[in-house]
Amino acid sequence: MRPVAVIVAILLLVAGGPLARAEDTCVDCHKELPEPLGPPVEGMKRDVHAKAGLSCADCHGGDPKDPDMSSMDAAKGFVGKPERARVPEFCGRCHADEGYMRRFNPRLPVDQLATYWTSVHGQRLRQGDTNVATCVSCHGVHGILPASDATSPVYKMNVPETCGRCHADARYMAAYHIPTNQLAQYQRSVHGQTLLVERDVAAPACNDCHGNHGAYPPGARSVAAVCGQCHAFNKDLFLASPHHPAFDRLGLPECVTCHGNHLVMRTSDEMLGVGATAICVSCHAPESAGYAAAEQMRLGIDRLKDAVSVAEGTLSRASAAGMEVSEAEAALQSAREDLVKTRTQVHAFDAASLVKMADAGVKTATDAAHTGDEALVELRSRRWMALIPLAMIAVVGAVVYLKMRSLDEQGPSSR
Amino acid sequence: MSVARTVGRWLDDRLRVGAARDFLAHKLVPVEHSIWYYFGGASLFLFGVQVATGVLLLLYYRPAPDSAFESVRFIMAHVRFGWLVRSLHAWAANLMIAAVFTHLFSVFFLKAYRPPREVTWLTGCGLLGLTLAFGFSGYLLPWNQLAFFATKVGTDIMGEVPGVGPVLRFVLRGGENVGGATLTRFFGFHVALLPLATTLLLLVHLALVQLHGMSERLGDSARTARHMPFYPHFVLREVLVWLAVLAVLIVLATFFPWELGQKADPFASAPSGIRPEWYFTFMSQSFKYVPPRLFGLEGEQVAILGFGAVFGLLVLVPFLDRRAARGEPSPLVTAGGVLLLGFMVVMTLLAYFKPY
Repeated sequence: MRPVAVIVAILLLVAGGPLARAEDTCVDCHKELPEPLGPPVEGMKRDVHAKAGLSCADCHGGDPKDPDMSSMDAAKGFVGKPERARVPEFCGRCHADEGYMRRFNPRLPVDQLATYWTSVHGQRLRQGDTNVATCVSCHGVHGILPASDATSPVYKMNVPETCGRCHADARYMAAYHIPTNQLAQYQRSVHGQTLLVERDVAAPACNDCHGNHGAYPPGARSVAAVCGQCHAFNKDLFLASPHHPAFDRLGLPECVTCHGNHLVMRTSDEMLGVGATAICVSCHAPESAGYAAAEQMRLGIDRLKDAVSVAEGTLSRASAAGMEVSEAEAALQSAREDLVKTRTQVHAFDAASLVKMADAGVKTATDAAHTGDEALVELRSRRWMALIPLAMIAVVGAVVYLKMRSLDEQGPSSR
Repeated sequence: MSVARTVGRWLDDRLRVGAARDFLAHKLVPVEHSIWYYFGGASLFLFGVQVATGVLLLLYYRPAPDSAFESVRFIMAHVRFGWLVRSLHAWAANLMIAAVFTHLFSVFFLKAYRPPREVTWLTGCGLLGLTLAFGFSGYLLPWNQLAFFATKVGTDIMGEVPGVGPVLRFVLRGGENVGGATLTRFFGFHVALLPLATTLLLLVHLALVQLHGMSERLGDSARTARHMPFYPHFVLREVLVWLAVLAVLIVLATFFPWELGQKADPFASAPSGIRPEWYFTFMSQSFKYVPPRLFGLEGEQVAILGFGAVFGLLVLVPFLDRRAARGEPSPLVTAGGVLLLGFMVVMTLLAYFKPY
């Protein structure tokens, strides 16, 4: 009998933890209840908090060991469902507590609550507007997933839809007098296409420009800094360019002035110059210095583009004919890179530096094309030159054949 | 005239040129011969082209992973007539393999291996193996992407040979992977070991051909067949064939220069549609139809053993084909040859037109 008692004791010790955990009277009762009191139990099964070992009482208070309604006494710390206006602080009790959060995920920031109060959402909430977004508007509730989970509403590719749930709803936004076409525009933009269609998470969603917890529209003078998070070269060139002080003076929103914001499209050379599609002419009148600079810059880029295209044609013909032109092809690649650099150089809005850069690329491309031309000339001459040995072979062959015939005719070919 | 005669006599006294001349004067070739009699000679001619162009390539080629590709590119782009020499070498290699295979099958179907030419046949089989080894080793030397991965796959397959496979693969690669050590040893095989072995075996092969003369058709005998002198009658025909082969080579090298491709990058993923050189595709393609496991062995191992057995039968055919040895037709052996040739042709075509 004694060994059995020992085994039972050990089993009780080992199973004691889980058994005690399972004794959660919140879950036991609520799972039987109808909407809205029952579903949270189901939702919590996949919640990141439940996975970290937290349960109802860790947020809502009360005594989960008490099987009676007394478990939800205020005396037992029960706080129940927070009012909407109190949600940020409700979550912030833990999420703004660095010491507490370190026990679960030391890398998670703890400044969400503080930055939230700086956001337009937070500021309006403080003013008593409870229609604005709080934590649960974006993250959900009872079923909250980490942002890295592809089914989370705050997963990168889901962010535009999540913001759009309010911001694209004209009725909901009516009181605020701000546009509601941002989502539709973003979806058509180069950023939206890259993120949502090409599924490339390097492309920005709403929060990459506006911030998330501290969501705020970038002011006219911070646009370049925002875009420059990714487009660093363009930002540096722009900030040193004559457009920077001029735009600031005129109150123009830096990058957005030419590229737009939510509807930012893939750039093209058509945007530059003095043609019908050029943006430059919307400010720069003919015969102004800016007009002339726009024209020169466009001409520089077109020259380089044409030179690259000519070299590509020549080298591909030479290469397809089996000529060895890989060194010229490497030079052509460097000319293509010059074209990329020259297009970036537009943001310095300095025609002289751009033309210099473009013409260096033109020279590289022209040299490559010249090598290709030489290879094609060489190819033709090789084919003509091949006629010489072929003719010699034909002559020798004819002589041999005639000799053979005469031998066959005269000599005894059999014995 | 008298000077020439004096020189001739001087040489004859010391070198016995006369013996060779007498031999040539009496050597005979059957009049009733066909185009198939010329592929041995064509193979020999192409081997000569390979030696000549190969020596020229050696002047510039550098067998190391960081310079092999660049040196071949230099040969093609900057060395005067380098493009021609390299293109000739590459095309002649392929034509030589085609010629050697044609020679093998023509000798097979004409039953020219029958006594007393069994040893000639055996040395010929050895020369076929050496020719394929030339092709396999030479293919890697430009160190381009396709060659690199083809060598990887090729040596992997050799690693499947039951028993000796892993050791064979290690020795060929000079390590666990295809790398610089593989390149230098393939170079060594290609320019030293294989040429030496081929030259020795070729001398025996040619000596035996001279010793036994050209094979009569089955049923003819040296007495019943009509003959023509080897020199000059047959030699002139041979010269015509060689001139034609040279003309074809020049046209191919000039109008279809052999491409160099991209430099090998061991860290890149294998290019799509990768396949070995055409003369190995009948083997690589047939591996695709073998089930993964067969008779308790890996499918590929079974296939390798199968090819080994077929090649073994082919080598031993002079000793197996007793009917031909008696001068009688041997339709069974012919049927076997037709089957093998058909299999090789179908598999090669599949590899190019319907690989999967």
